[in-house]
Amino acid sequence: MSTANGKTNGRAMRGLFGRQPVAVRVLVMVLVAVAAYMLPYVGSIPLIGPQIITQGIDWPSALFNMSYYVLLALGLNVVVGYAGLLDLGYVGFFAVGAYCTALLTSPDSILKTEWAWLYSIPIALAITMVAGVLLGWPTLRLRGDYLAIVTLGFAEIIRIVATSTDILRGERGFSSIPHPPGEGTDGKPIFGVADATPYFWLGLTVIILVILGVRNLDRSRVGRSWLAIREDEEAAEIMGVRTFKYKLWAFAIGAFIGALGGTIWAGNQNFINSATFQLQFSILVLAGVVMGGSGNIAGAILGGALISYIPDRLRGIEAGGVDLYEYRFAIFGFAIILIMVLRPQGLIPSRRRAMELKDREKEVAPQ
Amino acid sequence: MNFSGLIQDFGPLTIAGLTQGAIIALFALGYTLVYGVLRLINFAHSEVFLVGTYACLIVWGFFGLDQNSATPGMGAVIGYLLIGLVAAILISGVTALAVEVVAYRPLRRRNAPPLAFLITAIGASLFISEVVGVLTHRNQRGVPNLIRPTDVLVIGNMHITNLQILIIGLALVSMFALDQFINRSRLGRGIRAVAQNPDAAALMGVNKSRVIMLVFLVGGLMAGIAAVMYDLKIGVTRFDAGFILGIEAFTAAVLGGIGNLRGALLGGLLLGLVQVYAASLLGSEWLRAAAFIILVLILLFRPTGLLGESLGRARA
Repeated sequence: MSTANGKTNGRAMRGLFGRQPVAVRVLVMVLVAVAAYMLPYVGSIPLIGPQIITQGIDWPSALFNMSYYVLLALGLNVVVGYAGLLDLGYVGFFAVGAYCTALLTSPDSILKTEWAWLYSIPIALAITMVAGVLLGWPTLRLRGDYLAIVTLGFAEIIRIVATSTDILRGERGFSSIPHPPGEGTDGKPIFGVADATPYFWLGLTVIILVILGVRNLDRSRVGRSWLAIREDEEAAEIMGVRTFKYKLWAFAIGAFIGALGGTIWAGNQNFINSATFQLQFSILVLAGVVMGGSGNIAGAILGGALISYIPDRLRGIEAGGVDLYEYRFAIFGFAIILIMVLRPQGLIPSRRRAMELKDREKEVAPQ
Repeated sequence: MNFSGLIQDFGPLTIAGLTQGAIIALFALGYTLVYGVLRLINFAHSEVFLVGTYACLIVWGFFGLDQNSATPGMGAVIGYLLIGLVAAILISGVTALAVEVVAYRPLRRRNAPPLAFLITAIGASLFISEVVGVLTHRNQRGVPNLIRPTDVLVIGNMHITNLQILIIGLALVSMFALDQFINRSRLGRGIRAVAQNPDAAALMGVNKSRVIMLVFLVGGLMAGIAAVMYDLKIGVTRFDAGFILGIEAFTAAVLGGIGNLRGALLGGLLLGLVQVYAASLLGSEWLRAAAFIILVLILLFRPTGLLGESLGRARA
């Protein structure tokens, strides 16, 4: 990027939406949020509604699934999209969060604390952040692809430990994890078993808070450091960015958000065991982030929602005698290749990221 | 901790570890070759191996062999083995080439960042293993009893079976052939040149695209051989077999020094031994965790591996 066209680039960094006055932007955001809270009732819209809602699974549950996938995509977006660290074991943090909640609240746990769901959250989040730092401390000195394999190993080790140690109960798992607290006006608990709508609203609220936090981080000194690390780690280091510290930060924040997803999910499911945390899960979330447009919050939300919505929508639909749901991972594998080849910046790209890719394309040597 | 068991069974465990290690080493060659030339981890290599494990089973199926059929005679066994090897090698090689053309080449043209390659490779890996998973209903498939393991050599309490000798021998022969190919032949010189300095090699008239395809192909061939040996040793295969062993093979490649062919052999054999010892000491469920823990330790203390990287230049 040369100085001469710095001005045009500055303008290009903002789209139509970014050029609107603050009041308009806030208003649009609030409207979008309100619309998101109304999503459980989308099925009652004539004509369009029935096309959108899922058939093989009830619509509020599908929405709740989407909400924790979006949450995970937002967290992974910090690690992969902002700091450019490829983490293939993100499900590990989700698992640590869920297991902490289970250990503290479930009657099956050897701790016998049986806390309420809400009290377990701060501890689960703190422990997972520590886990993020502990994983990052030795491994963040590694570069790109090595880091990817080591994080993959981390998630596998967590799964193996969960399967084969008595404290974590392996396949037997933890049951009777309490639901989130609260009673409705009629005296019934808000977070019951029958209706997943309150869980969706809870997830959505957490998502909005996370978005606000992540957005501010991205625009702070931390975010600028991440950007510098992503574009050229050596140059950043020479310019005085403490790369190791900020990479560790990215890991810890990613772990924090992953643990949030894990605790909410444990509160909804009541039951977790070691079979839940398969590696495909991490790869699916990564696919969502990349597909949506890594480094961009809107992209991560869209990607996270799609990786959950598409399989849920496919569930129960047969095409030529095969259940499309069976093929969901294969379809994703293919989609990842297609997107990276045709639109490497993702569906809703981060403008800066898209320009970086364009820059690289100019440098290509004739083959 | 079961130390007495480890010491008592040290001999048999060592042989078992070397057999496992030989398969891992052959598998690891694919990672090492591609890394040496492209500086990229070919994540889809595990699926190149996976299709090999199925290819020979399907071909044996054509001859009416399944896991229940009786062991055929000596001559027939050699014939079947050769046919199975050829099938696995062919299919694995073709798959590796397909991965290169579909997932790597378009990105190379565009000078995409290294992470983009890794992500398309993950996509390819997910696609292949899931398609195999759906087609086989995620069930495992048994391997015909071509070779009934019988002791041919007994030293102390060490019983070495014909199968173990076959696997270790075949691995060593293939490694030797590959080593000669890379170091002696004209094509091998091209590979080494591109690994050392791609631009200079291109200026000297080496066709870079062809070298890259060759590297994928050769890695695929070796994975095919490893796949047949895996089938014979384990007796079953499943859609996720490649993924699990792939991580171990990658660890082996890094352990020996990624990009270094002899390092892959050393790394594979060592990893096989360590895994078997760890499983005996701590219990078999820790066998897979051992590979990861070793990987982390090597990367921390000696990231260039035991023998260093020799195919290419020093790490940037």
